[in-house]
Amino acid sequence: MKACINQMKLEIESRSVNESFARAAVAAFAAQLDPTLEELSDIKTAVSEAVTNCIVHAYPDRRGQIYLWAGLYEDGLVRVRIRDRGCGIADVRQAMEPLFTTLGGERSGLGFAVMESFMDRVRVRSILGSGTTVTLEKRILGRAARDGD
Amino acid sequence: MPVEFMQEPERLTAALSGEIDHHQAGPLRERIDEAAIRLRPKLLCLDFGDVSFMDSSAVGLVMGRYRTISAFGGQLEVIRLSPAAARMMRLSGIQQLATLKEI
Ligand SMILES: Nc1ncnc2c1ncn2[C@@H]1O[C@H](COP(=O)(O)OP(=O)(O)OP(=O)(O)O)[C@@H](O)[C@H]1O
Ligand SMILES: [Mg+2]
Repeated sequence: MKACINQMKLEIESRSVNESFARAAVAAFAAQLDPTLEELSDIKTAVSEAVTNCIVHAYPDRRGQIYLWAGLYEDGLVRVRIRDRGCGIADVRQAMEPLFTTLGGERSGLGFAVMESFMDRVRVRSILGSGTTVTLEKRILGRAARDGD
Repeated sequence: MPVEFMQEPERLTAALSGEIDHHQAGPLRERIDEAAIRLRPKLLCLDFGDVSFMDSSAVGLVMGRYRTISAFGGQLEVIRLSPAAARMMRLSGIQQLATLKEI
């Protein structure tokens, strides 16, 4: 396991206006690894999904805190952890199935599927009644690798 | 809210711009539905050409507008999707109900 070269923590209130702030903050931090625009956009998308889930599902009818942590590693790995102290998920495996949603309406049930398709690895730990932690990982190949220099 | 409407005979285009997430999707939904229900076009076209960011909330927005327009017999088209946006849309199966066009 390669060494962590930098870390950051951020705590935000579960307000939908903070969705864009959270993904922009993580992307700005990950930019230190010199990612391509596409890699940055993938990270933004996955963070947006996880943060939105905290706002929409974890704290459905109250304001709660969302805890973000991000780490950058020597080998170009970005790890992002999004944690809430909300309602938790009864069946994580079922929740992660594409198109599965407990809300319906304008939700498509694609959040976890999008995280999985845009990141290398997605892990979910949840305890009913006490909260959920989503860990996202992506190896940044970066501009240097892409340009071949 | 960043949406502009363009009306042609039998066709209503909603040109979206900026970032489409859960926070923005609500107001967008209201504006598009208001125009679509008032004008009842045969074809509702959602133009994603100036959208700089989207997550699955935009997929929900498109699926919801399909329900709006098909309720009175109209069709839905989604145009100028980036490759990543088109990939995300296809995860939902919406391509079986609406026409998707990439940039
Ligand atoms: N942080 C969370 N706390 C509690 N439940 C969650 C959390 N994240 C996800 N879930 C549950 O998992 C389900 C699937 O989540 P996913 O993001 O894949 O779809 P969605 O949020 O329902 O729809 P979409 O993301 O497409 O708008 C949700 O409907 C919800 O029941
Ligand atoms: Mg979701």
